[in-house]
Amino acid sequence: MLSIKNLRAGIEGKEIIKGFNLEVKAGEVHAIMGPNGSGKSTLSNVLAGREDYIVSGGEVSFNGKNLLDMSPEVRAREGLFLAFQYPIEIPGVSNINFLKTAINEIRAYKGLKSIEAKDFLKLIKEKQALVELQGSLAGRSVNEGFSGGEKKRNEIFQMAVLEPTLAILDETDSGLDIDALRIVANGVNKLRSADRSFVVITHYQRLLDYIVPDFVHVLYDGKIVKSGGKELALELEEKGYDWIKKEVVEA
Amino acid sequence: MITAEKISPTEKLVSDFEAVKKTLPGNSFVQSIRLKAIESFSALGIPARKNEEYKYSNVQKLFQENFTQSAIYNSQFAIEKYLIPTLDAHIVVLVNGFFSEELSSLNNLDKSVVVSSLQKAFEKHPELIEKHFSTCADINSDAFIALNTAYAADGVFISVPDNAVVEKPIHIINLIIAKESTLFFPRNLFVVGKSAQVQLVETFETHDLPVKAITTSVTEIAIDENAKVQYYRLQNDCENGQQINTVSASQQRNSHFDTNTVTLSGGWVRNNLNIALNGENCESHLNGLFITSETQHVDNHTLVDHRKPHCESNQTYKGILDGKSTGIFNGKIFVQRDAQKTNAYQSSKNILLSDDATINAKPQLEIYADDVKCSHGSSTGKIDEDALFYLRARGLGIESARKLLLHAFVNDVMQTIRINALRDYLEALIHKKLGE
Repeated sequence: MLSIKNLRAGIEGKEIIKGFNLEVKAGEVHAIMGPNGSGKSTLSNVLAGREDYIVSGGEVSFNGKNLLDMSPEVRAREGLFLAFQYPIEIPGVSNINFLKTAINEIRAYKGLKSIEAKDFLKLIKEKQALVELQGSLAGRSVNEGFSGGEKKRNEIFQMAVLEPTLAILDETDSGLDIDALRIVANGVNKLRSADRSFVVITHYQRLLDYIVPDFVHVLYDGKIVKSGGKELALELEEKGYDWIKKEVVEA
Repeated sequence: MITAEKISPTEKLVSDFEAVKKTLPGNSFVQSIRLKAIESFSALGIPARKNEEYKYSNVQKLFQENFTQSAIYNSQFAIEKYLIPTLDAHIVVLVNGFFSEELSSLNNLDKSVVVSSLQKAFEKHPELIEKHFSTCADINSDAFIALNTAYAADGVFISVPDNAVVEKPIHIINLIIAKESTLFFPRNLFVVGKSAQVQLVETFETHDLPVKAITTSVTEIAIDENAKVQYYRLQNDCENGQQINTVSASQQRNSHFDTNTVTLSGGWVRNNLNIALNGENCESHLNGLFITSETQHVDNHTLVDHRKPHCESNQTYKGILDGKSTGIFNGKIFVQRDAQKTNAYQSSKNILLSDDATINAKPQLEIYADDVKCSHGSSTGKIDEDALFYLRARGLGIESARKLLLHAFVNDVMQTIRINALRDYLEALIHKKLGE
């Protein structure tokens, strides 16, 4: 589904991703962990198509197509979803209206007719329940006045509505209390399926108790320096990142 | 050899007045005001750039051309395209500032409410004219108030008696038709009695204007105790339209005045909006929106004068500027010594869509009372790139994401329009303008 080969990218002339490789198959959940400054956010921004990040080398293919050639909206329409680390507040734009516009633009891209009003309402209701998001929040301006936990739940809610094939969760757990974390993880777990993949970027192992990954990768200095199963996350939690850094230096 | 000395536009307007003054309507009371007004205009003159009030709006340049003075336009034409679809309203049509009986339709208006030409009101309602004409708009405060007061031949006169509630809005359609460069001087007077209620919608369009014109209009609104007035203006002239408008309202105690000025097109627009709060417990809401492109120039000057205690005024002005257009917002709030417990708020927010567009926003607060709440804020920026990316990352195309954000930006001003048909109409016009 997603194949990243020797990716190099950075911002403002500084290379941050330095030869990154990753293969994600349909239905898999990959966790990417790493210390601060290792390139986690750059990776998610580059994959979502943020224009201030410059790709200087490598290839990214998404369902066989060149992802790097696509505008951010085309990536989304092709089935890529980024849950933002810092969801943006957009006063005056209602959550519901913008989601309806998004759904219809994605449908138009696939050659489908606009969604019927009643089908849309049904969809919204169903997905709200999934992340225990109150109806009043869905009707409000995008993220305006939401608490940190509500913003992250709103990201998962949007993901549930848009039904992507690949979701990148960028530190979705950061700053959440345990209740909010459970709700968010629960929502993600309900969306797991044989044809949907997840790349979960996180700083903390705790999230992976709730969203159990198939693979865990350690990102350090712009590339993956160690990969393993879910037990690697536990090892990191126990020992910290220093032993990894040491290994890299010695190698 | 003797060469004729070139006279200035101010001098020309003063000397031309001598020739036309006998033809202008009004009794001796009105005529004496006209004489004082032309004297004041002669003293003030067309403001130069060094005049602080006209620093960013070069009016002298506007008057460089040779203009003829407006005349009644007699031929008939269809006004359907100037109506607001689904707005059930009493219709007044002014052509070149003159009230058109033929084009107006005021059939179902309550008998106690007067909607007529100003000329007719000079004859039929001398007591109201003498009480209110030239009382809200001070001829010594601004050259264009003086000029209009001297020259104005017609306009709309509305009188809503005490306790009357005008159920349907009154829609005043201003149309300009001219084949040569012309000056127009529409003059309106609205008198709203105690506990009366009325909604006014005024639209400005150019029907046929292949040359430049200048409309110098003055609207006076006398709002009596406990009355409620909503006044909406849509400025939608062609690029040859140039306007210098003054709206001066005077509020008595417990009254409410809500006004909204939306400017979408017109080459050059200056709006002066002056509100005097002359009684306790008044409320005023001044909202404005301008969306400009190409070389448009839109200047909004507001003045809210808090003279009595316990009043509240609220201003929100928003601008979206593209191309090489220029915008100005200058908001002045006076809080006089007596005006304790005043609440006065002002906000001006602008988005520049192009590097060549400019905005000058200047709030001015002068406070002489000590127990007041006043605030002002002004911000100017580009469209929010983070928000744009967020929407695109959800699948919205760049154009629809941009439109959604711009609509959201103007949304709070739009929500202050309480006539649904008008709001829908404006939203459609805004959508079209933003889609250009």
